[in-house]
Amino acid sequence: MKTCVIVFPGSNRERDVARALQAASGKVPALVWHGDSELPPSDLIVLPGGFSYGDYLRSGAIAAHSPIMQAVKREATRGVAVLGICNGFQILVESGLLPGSLIRNAELRFQCRTVHLKVGRTDTIFTSHYNEGDILRIPIAHADGNYAADPDTLARIEGEGHVAFRYCGDLGGVSAATNANGSVNNIAGVYNDNHRVLGLMPHLEDAVEPLHGNTEGAKFFSGLVESLA
Amino acid sequence: MSEKIVDEAVALEHKLNAEEWQHLLTSLGRVPTMTEVGIFGAMWSEHCSYKSSRIHLAKLPTSAPHVIQGPGENAGVIDIGDGEAAIFKMESHNHPSFIEPYQGAATGVGGILRDVFTMGARPIANLNALRFGDPSHPRTRHLVAGVVAGIGGYGNCMGVPTVGGETEFHKGYNGNILVNAMTVGIAKQDAIFYSAAAGIGNPVVYVGSKTGRDGIHGAVMASDSFDGKTAQKKRPTVQVGDPFTEKLLLEACLELMGLDAIIAIQDMGAAGLTSSSVEMAAKGNVGIDIDLDQVPQREPGMSAYELMLSESQERMLMVLKPGSEAMAEAVFHKWELDFAVIGRITDTGHLVIRRHGKVEADIPVSSLVDEAPKYDRPFVRIEPPAPLDNSQYELPDTVEAVLLKVLACPDLTSKRWIWEQYDSLVRGDTVRGPGAADAAIVRIGDGLEASAKALAMTTDVTPRYCKADPYEGGKQAVAEAWRNIVATGATPLAVTDNLNFGNPTKPHVMGQIVGCIEGLAEACRALDFPVVSGNVSLYNETDGESIPPTPTIGGVGLIADVAQAVGLGFTAPGRDIVLVGNIAGHLGQSLYLREIFGIEDGPPPPVDLAAERKAGEFVRRAILDGSVSACHDISDGGLLVALSEMCLKGNIGISVDLPNSARFLFGEDQACYLIETADGNAMLAAAAAAGLPARRIGITHGDRLDISGLMSISLPDLHHVHEGWLPHYMNG
Repeated sequence: MKTCVIVFPGSNRERDVARALQAASGKVPALVWHGDSELPPSDLIVLPGGFSYGDYLRSGAIAAHSPIMQAVKREATRGVAVLGICNGFQILVESGLLPGSLIRNAELRFQCRTVHLKVGRTDTIFTSHYNEGDILRIPIAHADGNYAADPDTLARIEGEGHVAFRYCGDLGGVSAATNANGSVNNIAGVYNDNHRVLGLMPHLEDAVEPLHGNTEGAKFFSGLVESLA
Repeated sequence: MSEKIVDEAVALEHKLNAEEWQHLLTSLGRVPTMTEVGIFGAMWSEHCSYKSSRIHLAKLPTSAPHVIQGPGENAGVIDIGDGEAAIFKMESHNHPSFIEPYQGAATGVGGILRDVFTMGARPIANLNALRFGDPSHPRTRHLVAGVVAGIGGYGNCMGVPTVGGETEFHKGYNGNILVNAMTVGIAKQDAIFYSAAAGIGNPVVYVGSKTGRDGIHGAVMASDSFDGKTAQKKRPTVQVGDPFTEKLLLEACLELMGLDAIIAIQDMGAAGLTSSSVEMAAKGNVGIDIDLDQVPQREPGMSAYELMLSESQERMLMVLKPGSEAMAEAVFHKWELDFAVIGRITDTGHLVIRRHGKVEADIPVSSLVDEAPKYDRPFVRIEPPAPLDNSQYELPDTVEAVLLKVLACPDLTSKRWIWEQYDSLVRGDTVRGPGAADAAIVRIGDGLEASAKALAMTTDVTPRYCKADPYEGGKQAVAEAWRNIVATGATPLAVTDNLNFGNPTKPHVMGQIVGCIEGLAEACRALDFPVVSGNVSLYNETDGESIPPTPTIGGVGLIADVAQAVGLGFTAPGRDIVLVGNIAGHLGQSLYLREIFGIEDGPPPPVDLAAERKAGEFVRRAILDGSVSACHDISDGGLLVALSEMCLKGNIGISVDLPNSARFLFGEDQACYLIETADGNAMLAAAAAAGLPARRIGITHGDRLDISGLMSISLPDLHHVHEGWLPHYMNG
């Protein structure tokens, strides 16, 4: 599996995700500078977490206009897998590759803590090593992760099974009380129409080895490797 | 500007007193220009010259076989094996944070990060030690919210995890809060960068952000006390931070450091271009010529005076190898940062500043540095209070009621509301983050590789101890930092000190400074824990009231195999709980006394450094033997608070047998540890063989904190009390 991780000015979790991918695949992902206009041949393109362009204007808004994003859009249209985590999710939303938007957390503060996630469908390239309804403990670290969408979009996302993960309680309850940041329907991650583009806020890449105190994100990367190998 | 007549009154505006003004005239041999007096004012400020503390700082031990660079550079450097070095420092941003909490705290983090990456290190961890005023003070809530958001806003964007620290509240900080920020970085020992300029004719290069009018006089302001009216008027002296630009500056600097281009590099911190150029020239014994017209500027019409004293953030000064300018410029342009050759190294020994072709300053560098004032200020030795009559402080209520009150007090309540606003996980190397162990544990990794090694880091000081007895309090700050590192299994290596005090012209404050420094020195020597970097913040005083003496210690240790490190939370039911060390029941200056009886009295607990060393080395060896599964030292609040924290972190209850004694349960004796072990008898035998007092107090069990015959509370109830205060206060 060939993987590339896009580095924007202000990206800061490229190393975390590159490590998780390396551990799962045995191969070192290519780091691609945002100013490039061509991507190396890739089975998976990753937009990592961070504060691209300082998240000035709106989170992800400026990065969405980086030269490399034209190439990412082109590849996504061809069906190449794209994963955006945290700031990467914000960039995917700003660039139109995913529906909806990500606004300030309901509590108005940056939040770094471990939350519970409920896994949605497992017939995608990303979640094949999980079981539907699995409850994962995964850290979040963001200020703008409150997923919002207009009623039509929301109905479509829900109706067509595009919700990848939801914030839940330790027993799987999905409610306002178990909503990490105010996201509509507790949505933590969404797919595009063909389920080959995924954006999510939680940092699966920081929960992949015993020293993290948590390995519940590891199956995400092993599943991806198996699907794309 | 230059038309204004420079006289003693102008000098006074720059906080140079009459004596210093005469000294300046003699040293320079003429009346200075306005730009020159500004430069002298900054360089001779307390902040830059350490004029009141220098002779006492010399008492601190600063060397050891593993010390590569002690105080005097941008940060301290220690050997951590395998050709690697840890580079770290702690620095205060107290005055600006009180005036404008978000930007003050944010730029404090930015400044300390620059100090570390200037030396070629990749920052891997931030910590911070915060002191706020009484929770009932009208400004406290606003200051907490702003400082925490500022620290998070900067550190999170930089991609450096904030992994530890401490936050306390006391009315002694009502008029002067303390924001002490620490950064720890990692570098290869053969790629450490220093600030001594060299090479006559070599280019002096400015990189980073443009210079604006922000933060002018910051160093002078930070060397002044407040009165009730002035603090808000000083707002324009506070700098404004841009963590995005600093992130670019970090990456650009590290990229250029990988090429063979840099001779010397210095960040522009307090007193901006002035202190960076003067320090580089002084360390290299050379002169420096700067043409200010070449400095990238944010706004038009800036004078030489303004350009030299601006504290605009995210800027660096470098001396490059001749011919490497184009290569360096390409790196900085890739990262969309300004790059400008603004001067040359000279053999004159003078700092020469030109603006619009005119010489605005021409000062011997030695006048600014070597001839800076140095004071042996008068001081009085502070006598500790008489011992308490402990019989007056028996438990006034049930053990449970007292515990819940102590555990919920602002100093001991959970600080989750604060540290959840910090990204403690970015980089993926945080093994024990906030609240998980006595010291934060961060794995050392290079590129995508992860080594087995990790650093243990902590910040500590107990100001009420320092106030009652500066010498014992100074010792205790070092001993607690050392103990917190030991309690994870790591070997303590070195410290950075951030010395926060009031007005040094007052003999009793000077007595606190001298006493604390002598106590620190004694403990650092006894524990082989040298000081490699630090910062002094004086004049933390408002309306004549000085803060409690607060010499914050940032400790760093090393553990060879991170898998051996332990946290403070209980890990499994059915394990033995062993107390190592002797509890004499010291109640003087305890939180029990303060929270239950409303008094801060008596001497602080004495620190027996030989006993510390003996207990600590025993505990560390036991952890590395694999016979310890959790460990927590006894500190603020005493034994019962420590046990509660171990239960709450591990979400595992205990069943223990303890005497019904305030002194035993809440005394703050030093050199004591609580250990969870699978084999208590073996631990007791080992302690006996080592000549250490130890006793088995019970087992981990169930989901209640249960003390036979004294109290029993469910962990959810305990959790509720411990977690409740801060969110409730902040939302109030």
